[in-house]
Amino acid sequence: MVYYISAILLILIGMYAVLTKKNIIKIVIGLSIIDSGINLLLIAIGYVKDATAPIFSDSSLKASGMVDPVPQALVLTAIVIGLGVTSVALALVIRLYDHHKTLNIDKIRKLKW
Amino acid sequence: MTISALTILVYVLAAILILAALFAVKQKDLLMAVIGTSAISVVLSIFFYILQAPDVALTEAAIGVALSTIIFVITIKKTERYEE
Amino acid sequence: MRKVLAVLLLAIVGYYMIDSFLKIPFGENRNTVGDYYLNTTVKETGSVNTVTSIVVNYRGFDTLGEVTVLFLATTGLAAILFENKKRKRRLQHASLIVRVGAHLIYPLIILLGAYVFIHGHLTPGGGFQGGAIIATGVLLMFMSYRSFEVSHKLLVYFESIAGIAFVTIGLSGLIWGTSFLENILPLGIPNSLFSAGVIPIIYIAVGVKVGAELTGLLDNLLKTIK
Repeated sequence: MVYYISAILLILIGMYAVLTKKNIIKIVIGLSIIDSGINLLLIAIGYVKDATAPIFSDSSLKASGMVDPVPQALVLTAIVIGLGVTSVALALVIRLYDHHKTLNIDKIRKLKW
Repeated sequence: MTISALTILVYVLAAILILAALFAVKQKDLLMAVIGTSAISVVLSIFFYILQAPDVALTEAAIGVALSTIIFVITIKKTERYEE
Repeated sequence: MRKVLAVLLLAIVGYYMIDSFLKIPFGENRNTVGDYYLNTTVKETGSVNTVTSIVVNYRGFDTLGEVTVLFLATTGLAAILFENKKRKRRLQHASLIVRVGAHLIYPLIILLGAYVFIHGHLTPGGGFQGGAIIATGVLLMFMSYRSFEVSHKLLVYFESIAGIAFVTIGLSGLIWGTSFLENILPLGIPNSLFSAGVIPIIYIAVGVKVGAELTGLLDNLLKTIK
């Protein structure tokens, strides 16, 4: 139960950073926090009480006492794609700073090409 | 009802997680905000291990702590360090 | 004004999200598709790590898509930060303790990364984890020495060969089996190193490709600092 509430709080804090902050790097930090919150929520749904990890390292482990392996496969892909999105967003931030010499989104909207 | 040591550990780590997220959003020094983001990744890796998912814990520790932080730090070096 | 509106909107969204998620009981056994995968993974694929057999064998096409997305991200970053002049890296030498320590620890980190992606079907681990560990080891050497170079030709060579190997294994499943990415080599004894058919070969290709890509991305970023 603690896991659900802390994951939802992480998503809300990340969305607050995207909606109200004026610095572009703060907005990208907020996107990264939203990614972390969603991954925690997915893994917390697939947990079974008093069960173990889904690896048959001993031949005496039963298949009925293991956690759900499907959300873990989804989250593995999601973490790598989150890294890819963050790196491309930061490359665009570097290019914007070279062109406009400021990181404030109010000033960038008012400048003309 | 019995309160085991694992339950107390989970509550303390959840409190550290929320405090680190608030610290990362409110700071004006951008380098401190990035350190808060990597603290979130470390606590999240411990949570994934407690929830019996070792593959996901390895992935989050290898990618979120080392590579994401270094890309943020290089961006801050090429632009400005303090907000506004 | 903007802050008050944002907090109000997030409070409404948060209240309804918490209300609906507290109705899902925590820790109940809800495996429906997961039961099928757990019951048949040792007989059909021969690998004892269920998450590996889902990622490579049952849903292997999504892994091909993920490898493509990572390749696009690396190429996009290199294209955005392109400059026409040649630059060298201008960081300073680190202190003596860091230099000697990095020299001692660098081969061990590469060995750990290779161990993690070769034994992906027996222990927790796999291609993406091993590739990230190798990239972190090379980053340690970049930060300690000013004259440490990794040739771009070698990285491009590794990455292309690994990518072509993945698609070729999938196509050979189509030629000799019945579908794309099918397991055509013999499954051995479970829990030994040479088992599970095609799965360790695919994971070795993915591990080498991800390691080479992330190293190239870090090299690109570090060369643009003035």
